[in-house]
Amino acid sequence: MTKAAKRGVFGTLVIGVVLGIILWGGFNTVMEWTNTEEFCISCHEMEQTVYQELQETVHFTNRTGVRATCPDCHVPKEWVHKIVRKIQASNELYHKFMGTIDTPEKFEEKRLELAQNVWRAMKETDSRECRNCHKFVSMDLDKQDSRSADAHDPHYWEAVDGEKPTKTCIDCHKGIAHSLPAGYDPATDEVAAH
Amino acid sequence: MKKSIITLMVVLATIVFSGTAVSGVEFLRGDQALTEDSKAPEKKKQMIVKGNIDRSYKIQPPMIPHKIDKEQINMKVNTCMKCHSEKTYKEKKAPKAGDSHYVTRDGKVQETVSSRRYFCNQCHAPQVEAKPLVENTFVGAK
Repeated sequence: MTKAAKRGVFGTLVIGVVLGIILWGGFNTVMEWTNTEEFCISCHEMEQTVYQELQETVHFTNRTGVRATCPDCHVPKEWVHKIVRKIQASNELYHKFMGTIDTPEKFEEKRLELAQNVWRAMKETDSRECRNCHKFVSMDLDKQDSRSADAHDPHYWEAVDGEKPTKTCIDCHKGIAHSLPAGYDPATDEVAAH
Repeated sequence: MKKSIITLMVVLATIVFSGTAVSGVEFLRGDQALTEDSKAPEKKKQMIVKGNIDRSYKIQPPMIPHKIDKEQINMKVNTCMKCHSEKTYKEKKAPKAGDSHYVTRDGKVQETVSSRRYFCNQCHAPQVEAKPLVENTFVGAK
């Protein structure tokens, strides 16, 4: 290779690396910005409904002052899952522009369907987002009430006798961060047909 | 004459209302002057009892021996029924809402809790560890 060609290759490499850092960094910064609570509640659809409800719950106000924000529960932490979720969110943008839930009445009408979407997703991922913070290995059953300790008994969440676990967090813990929808019966854990 | 009676009454009232110093009797608010802000009551923890809390009288609605701050009772749902309903009380080992709770005012028996009994915490309340303010010998019904 001639000296000029060498310089050309080197120059291209440097430009590529610098461009890469700027573009990727920019992309990542924007994505992280959309992953903040501030961004989520910049829409009144979220701010006036689910965010108000969240503030009443233990995931917002509690003894130790640790709290969960929207993306902690609703956006996966791992990169691939996060990107997938972000792409799905384009549907939410569409409905934002269409004004599908832009009044409390419209939101209430859709609440059951929206809640079921989240419950289904959590069931399918084995409550992955819950487990970002809540880990069974760190759960001291002795510090729980007897009822809770019974329900968190390892046979629910570890393979016992080769059997796969049958339950996941969301099966029992529905409506812990937002109001439950009308049409859902807590006694039977079923949704009334309508 | 009239003036001196009024003066006397004012003096008497002052003595009565500044009570503690003169009579040695301590009011429930403590030995602080009326004009001072009352002391904040002591913080009390909510009682969590295994089993149930003894009734104070025979037909008293049972008190709640656990926390209820995560429960929702509103137009849409009643999460108390997660454990206390006809369908779930056995599995959850919880007391079932009484049969009377399923009866409407017209005497019809319903499958779900009657609307007039829907708001559990109108009658059932969680308790705090609070000693009686005045010592007494009351014994509740067992």
